[in-house]
Amino acid sequence: MPQMFTPTPTLEATGPRTMTLNMGPQHPSTHGVLRLLLEIDGETIVRVMPDIGFLHTGIEKTCEAKFYQQAVPLTDRIDYLCPLTNNLCYVLAVERLLGLEIPPRAQWLRVMLNELTRINSHLVWLGTHALDIGAMSVFLYCFREREDVLRIFEMVSGQRMMTSYFRIGGLALEPPLGMFDAVRRFVNRFPSRVDEYENLLTANPIWLERTKKVAYLSPEDAIALGATGPTLRASGIDIDLRRDMPYTGYEKFKFKVPISHDGDVFARYIVRVQELRESNEIVRQTLEGVPEGPIKADAPKIVLPAREKMKTQMEALIYHFKIVTEGFPVPAGEVYQAVESPRGEMGYYVVSDGSPKPYRVHVRAPSFANLQALHTMCEGRLIADVVAAIGSIDIVLGEVDR
Amino acid sequence: MPLAPAITDLGQLKERPALARLLAWNPDAVEASKFDRDELTIVVKCPAIREACAILRDDRELQFSFLADITCVDWYPNEPRFDVVYHLLSIPRHERLRLKVRLAGNDPSLESITSVWPSANFFEREVYDLFGVRFSGHPNLRRIMMPEDWEGHPLRKDYPVEGYR
Repeated sequence: MPQMFTPTPTLEATGPRTMTLNMGPQHPSTHGVLRLLLEIDGETIVRVMPDIGFLHTGIEKTCEAKFYQQAVPLTDRIDYLCPLTNNLCYVLAVERLLGLEIPPRAQWLRVMLNELTRINSHLVWLGTHALDIGAMSVFLYCFREREDVLRIFEMVSGQRMMTSYFRIGGLALEPPLGMFDAVRRFVNRFPSRVDEYENLLTANPIWLERTKKVAYLSPEDAIALGATGPTLRASGIDIDLRRDMPYTGYEKFKFKVPISHDGDVFARYIVRVQELRESNEIVRQTLEGVPEGPIKADAPKIVLPAREKMKTQMEALIYHFKIVTEGFPVPAGEVYQAVESPRGEMGYYVVSDGSPKPYRVHVRAPSFANLQALHTMCEGRLIADVVAAIGSIDIVLGEVDR
Repeated sequence: MPLAPAITDLGQLKERPALARLLAWNPDAVEASKFDRDELTIVVKCPAIREACAILRDDRELQFSFLADITCVDWYPNEPRFDVVYHLLSIPRHERLRLKVRLAGNDPSLESITSVWPSANFFEREVYDLFGVRFSGHPNLRRIMMPEDWEGHPLRKDYPVEGYR
């Protein structure tokens, strides 16, 4: 009999006592379209096999057909919970290929918006993670603050989620009047709001029961399996790219890097909640003394000219026309730029062959690598712990599948 | 900040610790090296990649204990067609290193490094899926992004951006 061909992977039970169970892709606690094939012995997990690719949209391939600047909106869609971090990582990579110097004001605003993005992303994580485990009300509180952050994004970029605010060579626009006041109001209010979340969860006996000593990941396993970000720091490895390999001016700001040695779901929760407070402090520091000056680099062949100049000077008009219609050539070479995204090390590997279109754009997605640790976390645990483990590594499927 | 020209001369670069370590181990394994935009790239000969990774991981001084990424670049129609690119990170020393393996276009294959870093599993599957580069010794070399009955490897340069219609 010819073998039946199935387009999706299958998992065969390996023993007489085990059976296989299909979880997802439509499942409320898989945070998108993640399909897990579980082999179970009663309630105990024997094997976990993630099946991904449901959201694969070929972004890396599409980038190769766009001019360098046109690829920025595509990067938003990779990790839709932290679009500005994606924008930043991509433009930093291209700026290093070009050897561009970015003015300090643009760098400060980039740091400020990036930390707000981290707050935004961690709030969605906290709300949905608590919802998965059964604490409904945290979700409502988190989305209340997230709304404030999204309003700030809307002020600067005109978009709530797909911001595309960073440009190669600086920022798209000067932030509008009142934006700094809105950020200041948010920063002053936010620490008390984090206290509210912690009141609901940190000492809650049900929460502790569901998260303590669950989905343990040892530091050795975390490194071997490629985990980064809060997942790695919760296992006791002290690395944060913002502090250790600074980019876009992070060395100017003081912040603590929270770590924990417990390696369980609760440790990842505590690390992220403390990161919320630290990010808030970084935003507060950026508010004090934003440097004055231009928001775009002085590179007329790369950065679009100001509107007034374009209407009054012929050279500016010519440059504008050429950048829009032909793009700008980037010297041949390759760059791997990594930034600390809310989920871990996000890296953009951009290869240029000297033409105005990127030859290759590869995204090192933190969720994609963190997902590999799921089997080690869940083996021998109960099915209900799989839900807690998925929530604790904070995956975004847009980024896993790209 | 004008760009400094890339250094590609092995003689000038042999002082770099990672390159020095690999040259001390086996000078024939190193094909070329480049220092460009503050990043060191070492091109390793195809049969040596797994051992080179193991040596860099286990070296007490270098401590490239973390595999950040594996990807591939297709230089079609040039030969050697594929560059398989490995990005390593030394967590204690805050340093990165890029290893490269060049592969010919007909039947590209090389040794898997999943025995050195289990995290290579998904990355190698992705390269296999999107470029058609085979990794021998991989525990589960199957498509990861595309459906299993998909034809062709989408990130190859001879695959149209719109797909086959």
